[in-house]
Amino acid sequence: MAELTDLQYTAEHEWVLVEGDVATVGITSYAADKLGDVVFVELPAVGADLAEGSIVGEIESTKSVGELFAPVNGEVVEANDGVVSDPSLVNSDPFGDGWLIKVKFTELPTLLSHTEYSALVGE
Amino acid sequence: MTDDRTSPLHQLHVDAGASFTDFAGWQMPVSYGSDLAEHHAVRTAAGIFDISHMAEITVTGPDAAAFLDFALAGKLSAVPLFKAKYSLLLDESGGIIDDLVIYHSAEGEYLVVANAGNHDPAVAALTARADGFDVVVTDISDELALIAVQGPNSRAILEATAGLEGTGALAELKYYSCVGMTFGSGSVLVGRTGYTGEDGFEIYVDVNDAVALWNALVEAGADHGLIPAGLASRDTLRLEAGMPLYGHELGLDTFPVQAGLGRVVSLAKEGDFVGRSAIEGGPHERARVLVGLTTEGKRAGRAGYGVFVAEPDGVSPDNEAVGVITSGALSPTLGFPIAMAYVDPHVIEADLPLAIDVRGTRIPASVVPLPFYKRAAK
Repeated sequence: MAELTDLQYTAEHEWVLVEGDVATVGITSYAADKLGDVVFVELPAVGADLAEGSIVGEIESTKSVGELFAPVNGEVVEANDGVVSDPSLVNSDPFGDGWLIKVKFTELPTLLSHTEYSALVGE
Repeated sequence: MTDDRTSPLHQLHVDAGASFTDFAGWQMPVSYGSDLAEHHAVRTAAGIFDISHMAEITVTGPDAAAFLDFALAGKLSAVPLFKAKYSLLLDESGGIIDDLVIYHSAEGEYLVVANAGNHDPAVAALTARADGFDVVVTDISDELALIAVQGPNSRAILEATAGLEGTGALAELKYYSCVGMTFGSGSVLVGRTGYTGEDGFEIYVDVNDAVALWNALVEAGADHGLIPAGLASRDTLRLEAGMPLYGHELGLDTFPVQAGLGRVVSLAKEGDFVGRSAIEGGPHERARVLVGLTTEGKRAGRAGYGVFVAEPDGVSPDNEAVGVITSGALSPTLGFPIAMAYVDPHVIEADLPLAIDVRGTRIPASVVPLPFYKRAAK
């Protein structure tokens, strides 16, 4: 697991870890706490083309439904089967084993720094 | 609502790391970490809930029973001392102002418990209807905290609670009965009631004693698997138990019979009561009825999602909704999605195959009797 300060963030409470031309995407602990216990995760299929800002998956808790937005344009190269079979990983390890998808991108949009995201959620 | 009211137990919840939600203008604990763990604790051991946002109103005086017979849908005059009854506060047109639990708490005294969100209309309706009766209607919501201990270990926990005197009565206390006890120097009312589908108790306690009682219960519960539980688990527990929630299954536009609560309205009782003539006329014969729905998979229908007639081949045409979901969740106990929904009665009578629309995907749904979950008889 990377340091939180090494990650970039979106206003939709997702984190992005950039390694070369692949972005690993998950939701933040703030988002996981707000959702409550996650009981169902639906992710895009490997090979799917994602358009930045579009809804590409769902993270559902007992009490509400969160949407997974694509933070970048690109192609899904891996989806986390572990989190599909055990959605509680989103709560227990949102920045680690609870990652959701890896996306191969060509161009990275402007994302939020850890400082900027912390200010956004008031922490 | 702009005012953020807090329970007399608020600081305890903050210290316990609770997350909070706004409920009818109150900041109440939604969970202390894991709403699923809290749900399972109530089903298998015990959970303790702060529901001090509920409204309490006393009705006292020589005409108390006759007044309640007039003001409410049920025959409260038939409720013996130290028994409790679930009832409805109707308006003249038969709509539901609130659903209530009434405890016959002392000779000539009843404690009426209303939903937090209906505090004002419930107090107003009861006060207005008291005209001509020798009763006193008193809103004591600010004086009482309400702590619920729910789950199979509840009785053992109350019996082990330091300072709670009178627990010898619990062994004989029947469901929907109540008994007076003391805690410290004050008196408390303990009802064998709840909103979870499990055995359990609700304790009405002076706000000044509430923190000490909560702490004593938690300490006694440590050996019995008791954990604090928030409103998120309370909602999934009551949904599994098929219990209606005002604003979801009940409202001013709902006749009791539509919600399956026809039995709560006593048309046999003597004299008039508010809403009687409208109830006797009944709702329109096409008025939707509340049903239980189950679906396969993990994606739950949610409040507001449409219910449709499904085609036999599983592909639904772009047809009109025949119903709407009022509450739904992936049932933590059962492991599949459950929902309550209002559906056109002809669809139910004809046993047509149904589907719910989960954000654009039609999922086949089965109509099942309520409740979804019933605890095993002892």
